[in-house]
Amino acid sequence: MLAIAVPAAGVVLAMALGGRQAERIALAAASAGLCIALAIAANIWQSRTPIAYHLGGWAPPLGIALRADGLSAIMAVTTAVVICAIGLFARQGFSVPEGAQEARAPMVFWTLLMGVWAGLNAVWFGADLFTLYVALELLTFGAVPLVSLDGRAETLAAALRYLLFALLGSAMYLLGVALFYGAYGTLDIALLSGLVRAEPVVWVAVALMTAGLIAKTALFPLHLWLPPAHAGAPAAASALLSALVVKGSFVLIVRIWFDTIPSLLNQAAAQMLAALGAAAIVFGSVLALRQERLKLLIAYSTIAQIGYLFFLFPLASAPLRVASGTTELWTGVAWTGGVLQLVSHAVAKAAMFMAAGLIAEALGHDRIAGLGGIARVLPMTVFAFGLGGMSLMGLPPSGGFVAKAMLLMAAVAEGQWWWSVVILAGGLLAAGYVFRVLTPALAATDAPLTLRTPVSSGRQGVVLALAICALLLGLVPLRPSLLLEVGRHIPTTVIAR
Amino acid sequence: MNAATLYGLCSAALVGLGLFGAIVHPQPLRKILAFNLLGGGVFLQFGVIARRGAAAGMGGDPVPQAMVITGIVVAFSATALAVTLLLRLYQVSGSATLSIETQSSSESDGGGR
Repeated sequence: MLAIAVPAAGVVLAMALGGRQAERIALAAASAGLCIALAIAANIWQSRTPIAYHLGGWAPPLGIALRADGLSAIMAVTTAVVICAIGLFARQGFSVPEGAQEARAPMVFWTLLMGVWAGLNAVWFGADLFTLYVALELLTFGAVPLVSLDGRAETLAAALRYLLFALLGSAMYLLGVALFYGAYGTLDIALLSGLVRAEPVVWVAVALMTAGLIAKTALFPLHLWLPPAHAGAPAAASALLSALVVKGSFVLIVRIWFDTIPSLLNQAAAQMLAALGAAAIVFGSVLALRQERLKLLIAYSTIAQIGYLFFLFPLASAPLRVASGTTELWTGVAWTGGVLQLVSHAVAKAAMFMAAGLIAEALGHDRIAGLGGIARVLPMTVFAFGLGGMSLMGLPPSGGFVAKAMLLMAAVAEGQWWWSVVILAGGLLAAGYVFRVLTPALAATDAPLTLRTPVSSGRQGVVLALAICALLLGLVPLRPSLLLEVGRHIPTTVIAR
Repeated sequence: MNAATLYGLCSAALVGLGLFGAIVHPQPLRKILAFNLLGGGVFLQFGVIARRGAAAGMGGDPVPQAMVITGIVVAFSATALAVTLLLRLYQVSGSATLSIETQSSSESDGGGR
């Protein structure tokens, strides 16, 4: 509960005190939030049971529950780590200028940073479809103004397009919520999972909700809003949007498919989602190869990397088709691989966006053709970018490698070899677009490059530390993680607590 | 056909009209209006469910009504935010369309779906 309350209280405090205080409050909330997330994860790790919290002591179906299982604990820790890094990174870009009492952009940035964080934690911990709707809207309203923070016409248009996509998506989701309530009279996920039957109303509701959430996750073909929105935002905001905000709606789809209707998982529909994911990988990577600007390249690569996440659906739901002991193990591998892809992409992409931001700030532009010799001047930043890129490509020993290797192993072992072809091709394409940036960056130039503004080594250090986190995720063993299994098949004892 | 079915069909029609409008119209203001139509349909759906799920002797189930209020507040603030963004876009660029594209993202236009 505290995990949501701390950032939310931060928003209110920052609004009330204003000006210079907002930054301090945000950083204090960030460190407190990191401790809380770690404490929750440690608790779940030790007890091996999900934590449930009933707001105001009212138990579902009347009350609202918050529930922390393995997935939510891992996502909360990832969020806290990335937000802390973004906070440290943004201190320079969004500090209030000397002499001024308050400035618009920093004020908005710090409050919205905490608002988005509160929304994300609510998404990870919500155990009720309507709570999740509210969390989703909180996330949208925090994320949209971040896109248009600098107020240029393109970014305003990008923010408006993002908002329209997001609103249609959440209206679809809300309609699904209405249908679920109408059919079963409860919205608590754990209760619903015991009630759902294979009937048309469930199919319609799940289809509506999935379609709406796909628009918010920017899965191909509903990805049109993402590149201009993520590329136009300031670097710290793009890192937040690309690394975490799109993951919020993805986790919601996972909650609906694996937690709400676990008994009715439909392989045909799961294959279709994965096919969209495969199209996203190919399409996003090819477009990333064609971009001329660094930030747009990274934004298109986000579309491609989101595609990998959707392989989770057919691969982790296979035992319904082949019910035997060995497939159970492989779905566990796919599940861990998918979640690891979620985490490693979050960390790597945040590092890459911030590295791109530093490069753009130093040079005054982010055209890939004009990057010649930047590695001489900003070695740490380019190194961090390269480490993040390694994770996207899936080179060992990075988090991306372990995630993709697990998905690949599961795909082959479950006899769904066609997905392994796409996973491998996606890795090659990712290598193509990362090297397109690194080759000019590492090239020797005759004339020494002059920087428009010097870049402090502290900010470079934050980016590098985050990239090294992405690398360290590669040390995760190649087997189903016990933490992630916590609360996967919802035990009825938890609801009774 | 009883009242609940009639209202349910109305809500389905509203949702369909809103979705159609939001996809087909290129102008952002029309899209915002279409979103509100769609939202109206969804809220009506909640109303129907509240009426249908009412216990004997009661006017309606209160839980969907509580949800509708939250939904309306969210839709209202979303509309306000969208209109503000649109007004600001008009002030900055002098036109209220989504066709302003940075050169490199022009292939991702698609009429601002």
